[in-house]
Amino acid sequence: MIIHQLSVFLENKSGRLTEVLEVLGEENIRITALSVADTTEFGILRLIVSDPEKAREILKRNNFTVNLTEVISVMAPSEAKHYAKVLRILSDLDISVEYTYAFSEGAKSIIILRCSNTENAIQALKNHEIELLKASDLYKI
Amino acid sequence: MEIWNRHFECMDRDGIRHVQSERLRETVERVYFNVPYYRNRMQEAGLGPESFHSIDDLSKLPFTTKQDLRDNYPFGLFAVPMSEIVRVHASSGTTGKPTVVGYTRSDIATWSEVMARTLTCAGANRNDFIQIAYGYGLFTGGLGLHYGGEKIGASVIPISGGNTSRQIQLMHDFGSTVLACTPSYALYLAEAIAESGIKRDDLKLRVGVFGAEPWTENMRREIEDKLRIKAIDIYGLSEVIGPGVASECLVQEGLHINEDHFYPEIIDPETLQVLPSGSRGELVFTTITKEGLPLIRYRTRDLTRLTYDKCRCGRTLVRMEKCLGRSDDMLIIRGVNLFPSQVESVLLEMSEIKPHYLLIVDRINNLDTLELKVEVDEAFFQDKISQLEELRQKLQNNLENSLGLGIKVTLVEPKVIERSEGKSKRVIDKRKY
Repeated sequence: MIIHQLSVFLENKSGRLTEVLEVLGEENIRITALSVADTTEFGILRLIVSDPEKAREILKRNNFTVNLTEVISVMAPSEAKHYAKVLRILSDLDISVEYTYAFSEGAKSIIILRCSNTENAIQALKNHEIELLKASDLYKI
Repeated sequence: MEIWNRHFECMDRDGIRHVQSERLRETVERVYFNVPYYRNRMQEAGLGPESFHSIDDLSKLPFTTKQDLRDNYPFGLFAVPMSEIVRVHASSGTTGKPTVVGYTRSDIATWSEVMARTLTCAGANRNDFIQIAYGYGLFTGGLGLHYGGEKIGASVIPISGGNTSRQIQLMHDFGSTVLACTPSYALYLAEAIAESGIKRDDLKLRVGVFGAEPWTENMRREIEDKLRIKAIDIYGLSEVIGPGVASECLVQEGLHINEDHFYPEIIDPETLQVLPSGSRGELVFTTITKEGLPLIRYRTRDLTRLTYDKCRCGRTLVRMEKCLGRSDDMLIIRGVNLFPSQVESVLLEMSEIKPHYLLIVDRINNLDTLELKVEVDEAFFQDKISQLEELRQKLQNNLENSLGLGIKVTLVEPKVIERSEGKSKRVIDKRKY
């Protein structure tokens, strides 16, 4: 149930994001989800891709600072209340969400969550019968 | 521990003073009769060759500076006819005309001798493979090490600077045991070796002789840990002869100055007075055997102090403390003196960042600004903005605490900061005066 997300350190310089996508594109890496967290000086690019290990090697070879981060992914109906429910389950157990992002696929939303304790989060969501996605499910989207 | 020239390197103080006095008299005579510049200055001061009896009389003479060399560009201070000169070297001249130095055949022999002492000091001998990754050419580093290496009978690999993958390949295939380059390049090589996939155990490297730029004790530890070698500091400047002026031994408690060839004094750079033994100040050299370009009281701008005790290695040559920086490199930021090496020292205490950095000095609205660009270490990067911000803040605080200066820290991507293969460029000063 653990998904390996690529995190890439980027300076805020025009063209850097393009370069990341270009080098991954040359090796036919597919991107399922992408998000950027930024400050005035640098950003962190977060990516869910078809082959995280390979993508990491490609980026390393091209001198990017890159790491794999464990995240979890949940599938839920797109209404806001379902997203809220997921977050509530976690906060009730004092599991903090460091960041989250989502995208919709038809009537469903796919939510990515980075939690303070990944194992506990998975267990809690399972107990509430929330639909968790496996890496293989996600890479197919 | 082997000593190349026990006679001179282990001579007692009285003996060495006698040698120095004798050689100073010869040098003064040589420059008086052969270099109009020196003769004029001595005459202005009412001095002649007969005014010099012992090394103590040296302080009667005026100083020589890099500017004097430039003013007499290219060969004006040479003390022999050009037919006697067998080699010239020159500094890069980034801040003006290059400084040109000339060697007679006997000067080359002296240089080989002091470099043989240097390499022996570092524990090298005829069984070693010395990989010389200093640049060859007008820069004195490459050829200086080369002649010393041949003199001790080692196998010299004159690979010169640059081409890192080839450096690593030959280091591996030839089994280099001694590496000679700048300390910043040694650190760069250490990283490149780690990335190359070559196992450290497959390399025979044992010791490094590093110089041509100031480096800190922290940087030494970093190089020693990463390359698993003994890192020896060597010192020299092309005006005096090149590398070979002074070198650490394996005890690593100061650099032995070859004072039977280069006589050191420590002066106060402001008052120009000679300081008492043990004081820290600017290092000044008088060459007492050189023929091509003898220099009288040449101001090095390097700050250090001297120790006259006998070293545990057995050598009695005076030792100088590792140079922290040249007074030329010193930046004055909002009235505070700052050596780039001090910044480096702070960086090396933090494992989260790489010791490669760039300092950018500017003046905005009449106020000096200082920005430090550093690279985040990949092993530390964990995808959290807050963590990176904390790191930036921590570094900013550490710098402020140890330097007394506010420095804006910018984290940059790896390999953005240029790795130098010669002397590294650490500072960009955009201020206009």
